[in-house]
Amino acid sequence: MYEQDNGIDMAGISKNGVEDYLLEVSDLKVYYFTSRGVVKAVDNVGFSIRRGEILALAGESGCGKSTLGYALMRLVPPPGRIVGGSIKFNGVDVLRLSEEEFRKKIRWRGISMIFQGAMNSLNPVMKIGDQIAEIFRIHLGLPKQEGIKRARELLKMVGLDPEKVNAYPHELSGGMKQRVVIAMALALNPPLIIADEPTTALDVVVQAQILNLLKSLQREKGISMIVISHDLSLLAEIADSIAVMYAGKIVEYGSSDIVYKNPQHPYTLGLIDSIPRLSGEKTELKGIPGEPPDLINPPPGCRFHPRCPFAMDICRKEEPLIVELKYGHRVACWLIAKR
Amino acid sequence: MSLENVYRPKLDRDTLLYVRDLKVWFPLRRGFKEIITMAPTKYVKAVDGISFAVGEGEVFALVGESGCGKTTTGRAILRLVEPDSGVVGYKPSENILKKMIEVEGGDVFLETKIHIDVMKVSSKNMKYLRQEMQIVFQDPYASLNPRQLVLSALMEPLEIHRIGSSREERIEMVAKALEIVKLTPPEDFMYRYPHQLSGGQRQRVVIARAIILKPRFIVADEPLSMLDVSIRTDILKLMIELKNKLGLSYLFITHDLALTRYIANKIAVMYLGKIVEIGPVEKILSNPLHPYTKALIKAIPEPDPSRRKELKELEVKGEVPSAIDIPPGCRFHPRCIALDANPQLANLCKVREPPLIEVEKDHYVACWLYRKT
Repeated sequence: MYEQDNGIDMAGISKNGVEDYLLEVSDLKVYYFTSRGVVKAVDNVGFSIRRGEILALAGESGCGKSTLGYALMRLVPPPGRIVGGSIKFNGVDVLRLSEEEFRKKIRWRGISMIFQGAMNSLNPVMKIGDQIAEIFRIHLGLPKQEGIKRARELLKMVGLDPEKVNAYPHELSGGMKQRVVIAMALALNPPLIIADEPTTALDVVVQAQILNLLKSLQREKGISMIVISHDLSLLAEIADSIAVMYAGKIVEYGSSDIVYKNPQHPYTLGLIDSIPRLSGEKTELKGIPGEPPDLINPPPGCRFHPRCPFAMDICRKEEPLIVELKYGHRVACWLIAKR
Repeated sequence: MSLENVYRPKLDRDTLLYVRDLKVWFPLRRGFKEIITMAPTKYVKAVDGISFAVGEGEVFALVGESGCGKTTTGRAILRLVEPDSGVVGYKPSENILKKMIEVEGGDVFLETKIHIDVMKVSSKNMKYLRQEMQIVFQDPYASLNPRQLVLSALMEPLEIHRIGSSREERIEMVAKALEIVKLTPPEDFMYRYPHQLSGGQRQRVVIARAIILKPRFIVADEPLSMLDVSIRTDILKLMIELKNKLGLSYLFITHDLALTRYIANKIAVMYLGKIVEIGPVEKILSNPLHPYTKALIKAIPEPDPSRRKELKELEVKGEVPSAIDIPPGCRFHPRCIALDANPQLANLCKVREPPLIEVEKDHYVACWLYRKT
């Protein structure tokens, strides 16, 4: 049943491929050392991205998806820390670089990020053009005139009128501000962009416009992207592959064609069944009982077991093994492992 | 175009809520120059003349993008913001009806004599109506006092309305309300502060607070949008269950058209303060008529990755204009692609505001495309 797409998308996911990966993350651990205890926000997470691939990181609030994004930028806010694992970017383990090297070579030039809600963090008393020119001044030492000139080009690229360099943020709508933020992430031509909830707080029509923009930029420039969102429908519209996170772990990972059509993990299943649909048969919305766990005290065994309709004895005791199914589709669930 | 086709909200025995030509305009502060030149005050026309009716036991969804006036409509009905003009009628239970006659006298009725004219009630006496007309806000984090125990948050309405004779009796009522919203055992939740609850639990407390006075009508303002996807379904189911069990009617305000399919009977789609399309849910979702409704439906993502390589064609141009400078004629015309395809309509669309006319049974649309000549 998977014939239609194999060979196109599977290669990037299959670990044994000889594909050249832009980013390879393995066994990454990011913990927050709070006064209440250690929060294992990202716990043994691994995935890889080919050049030009769009990976979706899906999950609900508190599952660690944003922390993972911060970790890739090495910007985990204290008391958080990357405590283990590796992040290979272009073959180099960036966790081994000194902060200065990382800042000069990787952050913004190699990997850039569109932070969640960044459009509301634009400086309200500075013109858009000046804010963008600042990037070129700081990173490339360009004079302001030259910076503004490049800012115009960037604005044009993201579908804004270049004259908006003279506008202040309050003069722009939400969608336009989001475009500005995207332009800033693109400024130094990074091969990888992380977009954290790039369309939340935007209306559906604007949301679709921004998605279109991200897709066409990806296509024109061949960049890779990680799109972080809680919205599985939105991710389906853009992602080549998807990693579903729950309580700090990736529970299911694979090409979108496979994961959406044939989800294996009960959590992914539950999420997909929770999406209200406009068309097609009106099936009952299922939802998932209970609430996500507290990451200071995650449940033993599989972290999803208290909410899982199929939980067995072993799920309460032992952490599930990651099983690789066809075409690199990976699932961490005892139901599958036992089979 | 015959006049019979124009939308008029139904007002009869089954009508619980009746809204006609409701307007809420917020005046803008005038700058120095405007005062000097005696320029007229400008208004944000948040709600600009809308009409609809909610039947008993019905769920009526008000759908639109941010800034379309849907929240203001919900608040204006409860007079949490004062409407500038229009009629809001509400059919109370017999007890409240008697109470209203007692405190307000005989002229607070609409012509049916069973509907209270909400706009005529003095703000002091709105309290009696609000016992039956409640609201659930969007943000469960902001709608509970962080320093108030769940118990005290739920007791407050009982105390204000003098329901229950002793503290024990009221605690009993609180426990019952918590059980109804499935926060069990209630003793576990009564003595908690909001920060000790998850988002879903908080929204349940907010719902419990809304139903504790045994209301008949609830304005639910985006009650699910702040919650996680997996929890939304539970709260949605709870709301449907409560509606059936307690005989409630909802004005369900949402930006999510797909959601309306699972809870609502009727939908009104709002754009810049006006209703552009109104009708039964199935008809609107399966056969949207207004170009704006079509565009909205088209823009909603579906969880199907097969089209991910394509760009989505959007059936709308530009962005929502400011509610201060509303375009003349049909307020959607600057963004309308149907107008581009039918340029002969320009002298109508750009000049005259289209009325809401019936195109198929109970399905009304405000668009010149459907004008019968």
